[in-house]
Amino acid sequence: MSWLTQLFSRRQRYIELSEEIQAHLDEKIEESVAEGMSREEASHLARREFGNVGLTEESSREVWRWPSVEDSLMDVSYGVRTLRHNPVFTAVGLLTIAVGIGANAAVFSVVNSVLLKPLNYPKAEELVALHQTAPGAAGLADFENGLLLSPSMYFTYAEQNRTFQSLGVWVTGTANVTGLAEPEQVRTVYVSDGLLQALGTRPEVGRWFSAAEQIPRGPETVTLSYGYWQRRFGGDRAVIGRNLTMESRPREIIGVMPQGFRFVDTDFDVIVPLAFDRGKLILAGFGFHGIARLKPGTTIAEANADIARMLPIWMDSWSNGPGTNQHIYETWKITPMIRPLKQEAIGNVGELLWVVMGTIGVVMLIACANVANLMLVRVEARQQELTVRAALGAGWGRIVRGLLVESVMLGLMGGVIGVGLAYASVRFLVTTGPANLPRLGEISIDARALGFALVLSVLSGLLFGLLPALKYAVPRTSLALRSAGRTISVSRERHRARNLLVVGQVAMAFVLLVSAGLMIRTFEALRAVEPGFTDAQHLQLMRISIPDSLIQEPERVTRIQHGILDKLAAIPGVKSAGFVSEMPMEGFDSAWDEIFAEDKVYSADSIAPLRLYKYVSPGFMQTAGTRLVAGREMTWSEVYALRPVVMISENLAREMWGTPSAAIGKHLREFSNMPWHEVIGVVQDVREKGVQERAPEMVYWPPLMRDGFAPAVRTVTFAMRSDRAGTEGFLDEVRQAVWSVNSNLPLASVRTMQAVYGKSLARTSFTLVMLGIAGAMALTLGIIGIYGVISYTVSQRQREIGIRLALGAQGGDLLQMVLRQGAKLALVGVAIGVCAAFELTRLMRNLLFGVTAYDPLTFAAVAVLLVLVALLACYIPSRRAMLVDPIVALRYE
Amino acid sequence: MKKAAQRDLFPGALEMMILRMLKRQPLHGYALVQYIKRTSRDLLQIEEGSLYPALQRLLKAELVKAEWGVSSTNRRVRIYKLTAAGAKHLEREVSSFERMLEGITRVLAVGES
Repeated sequence: MSWLTQLFSRRQRYIELSEEIQAHLDEKIEESVAEGMSREEASHLARREFGNVGLTEESSREVWRWPSVEDSLMDVSYGVRTLRHNPVFTAVGLLTIAVGIGANAAVFSVVNSVLLKPLNYPKAEELVALHQTAPGAAGLADFENGLLLSPSMYFTYAEQNRTFQSLGVWVTGTANVTGLAEPEQVRTVYVSDGLLQALGTRPEVGRWFSAAEQIPRGPETVTLSYGYWQRRFGGDRAVIGRNLTMESRPREIIGVMPQGFRFVDTDFDVIVPLAFDRGKLILAGFGFHGIARLKPGTTIAEANADIARMLPIWMDSWSNGPGTNQHIYETWKITPMIRPLKQEAIGNVGELLWVVMGTIGVVMLIACANVANLMLVRVEARQQELTVRAALGAGWGRIVRGLLVESVMLGLMGGVIGVGLAYASVRFLVTTGPANLPRLGEISIDARALGFALVLSVLSGLLFGLLPALKYAVPRTSLALRSAGRTISVSRERHRARNLLVVGQVAMAFVLLVSAGLMIRTFEALRAVEPGFTDAQHLQLMRISIPDSLIQEPERVTRIQHGILDKLAAIPGVKSAGFVSEMPMEGFDSAWDEIFAEDKVYSADSIAPLRLYKYVSPGFMQTAGTRLVAGREMTWSEVYALRPVVMISENLAREMWGTPSAAIGKHLREFSNMPWHEVIGVVQDVREKGVQERAPEMVYWPPLMRDGFAPAVRTVTFAMRSDRAGTEGFLDEVRQAVWSVNSNLPLASVRTMQAVYGKSLARTSFTLVMLGIAGAMALTLGIIGIYGVISYTVSQRQREIGIRLALGAQGGDLLQMVLRQGAKLALVGVAIGVCAAFELTRLMRNLLFGVTAYDPLTFAAVAVLLVLVALLACYIPSRRAMLVDPIVALRYE
Repeated sequence: MKKAAQRDLFPGALEMMILRMLKRQPLHGYALVQYIKRTSRDLLQIEEGSLYPALQRLLKAELVKAEWGVSSTNRRVRIYKLTAAGAKHLEREVSSFERMLEGITRVLAVGES
């Protein structure tokens, strides 16, 4: 019989039992009556012969009980009573545990949602990102994405592969949408055929793109994101078949993607087919991210081998135009480096999160140590009670179990409060969105996180309950009963457990404070870096795109941009204005190409080093505060005259010609039919990819060029230097200024440079804040721990101190004695902490900048801080020791 | 009130006797007690109530099973039956009890032969 049915049939069983016993008695009585006895006599006889009916029933029932479970329930109710009777102890313990578990559950739910949960696609484990590196391509190291795919690569891979179910490429962009409300710039994802099929997510409404819509001059269609559909169309399902005017051309809306659908980690408003013109493709054009779905059972190594096999096919099938060497890319040594799509989405945030998780875990350990200390003290006070229980026959196991049940209950109650705290902090985290965390919207406390909190609660309860239980539940009846109620000095041995706990706490606090200290130093070092622009707070940015469907002619595009600049500069409070194809740290996909110098020789079979390039307007460098190192900025008359001029970064000038001034007057170009451009200015290096990344070598082209890659740059970021940057009134005037030039131009990414700069520091600040919180908690708990132990020792040693005073000891001596004890604990803790920190801070090496993991200054400062704080924590109890009245202390006897 | 001559049964003795009785025929509680008393010719004074915890233990160990039925006096009673496991258990208990009894008897018989 299963235990479950047993449990449910128990009541029925008891009823039957009573009935049976009653029948027994009745039968007996009737028999006696039949033999001639009076009914009353017979009834007495029956009961006498039967024995105690109640007891019989009770012991019959007991057969079916589970003694261990029912005893445990008694332990629980006893535990609740003891906890209720010690409200201060319970409150302090609960709070400590709740904060510890809350922090751990919150961080775990982040780790779980970001790192552990699969991506939000069907069978996400089959999805891979088609990464490739090209170690032979000079300059490519600057591009964090490695070598992206070119359209011709995409066709080769899609058509020739043996390992993928489907495969596609995508790229982000922006587009102007008009005709709805105000003109608006939307975030666009351009996709090739095969990409949505690979991701496998069906549209919420409508359909995927058809093959006819994926070729040039086919029907022009668009798919909306769920958010854009809600925002602009109020979630109206009849939107399918309507037109959306993008870049001044109508596109038919054919679908809406479901809520939460994103491209890896990119949010978007609309999806547009790339519609490559297959006949016009060349080898180059490495600008697309590739995603593929592996065939079931295929490994990444097999897929890598498959791509490696197709690379020569790709080089044989396409060219860069007549007269070019098709196999020139062999020198690049292109190597496939396929990785799981999840890894692509997470990026390098994994390490950061594990460091934070580890840190918070250590805080939990410190909290447990504190509560264990509390429990030790309390169990000691309850020694007499436990001894009496043992003397009355309670088994050793029963007492240990009782204590453990009590501490586990404390842990569980703390866990419940902790989960509440975790809910609040996760909500806060998701709304503030620090650290550019990937998958931010997916972060929530799910069943796994709740399970984690439960396990953590029980484990921590066992952890801090086990030590006191083992230490005091061993019956020492005679000793304890005799000494109960008398104040004897406690033996050294009995202090050892508490001292060990305190030493451990100090050591752990040391490690956490050192980590926090290293992050502070990192942050300082990052702030000290000259980013290549000044006073980001007062640099107003906005992005404007002029599509060729709106303005066809290149020079007119530049003239409109120039006109906007003039209007902006005329706004009161604007000191200067300029534009650039992309501000530093804005995070758009970079533009790069081979750059040739006139006075250098390049072999026909190799490719010149790849360089990042941008387009800048006259006056931009001055506006951004990028220092001119040599030469001058270009002028508008040079721009309109199509004078071949160019500016470069200082590190590029040094690399090519030794000094910045030597670069002035030299000539550069991008491809062979482009005129040589004269270097007229050299500007300081700019941290394009974030403060902690090396400043890349840069080329700055004019916005309008003859025979350039593009005749005019159409999407640019405008920058204005003004003390009014960011204020609402100022932005209104900015919008009016732009629309007075052309009312069809939407303004996008309106923000100050400070926001961009802050975002690039976000990961470091997030780590700093998290480790700072952990460090502060560790310090506080550590202080409480030391204070508790020292003041408890002092109160236990009152009699001894009284004797010492009576024998002539001075107050100062006693103060010293107590302080020395505290200092010893702190020093041992710090010593252990130093060793542990040497090992552990290595793990956060990659999060540091401008400081080593063994920074002596940080180590020394933290050590001094901890010892001082420990002494302070000892000072108050030592004052009490000094004030002990010997008469009173001795009279306790 | 027990007389001095009477002594408690050893643990398991009552269960053994119950199983033995049930081996002959299924019985209800009252009948079981009467049979045991009668068969032992009242040498064993059994408190009738003690039968019931013993029966519950046997039920739990699945050595007997119980069904509601009607007694000879037309009363609704629970009738106990020996299970296969119960029969096997009885055999083992009886043989181990006989060995024990023989041992005790031999020791008590020392010097009389």
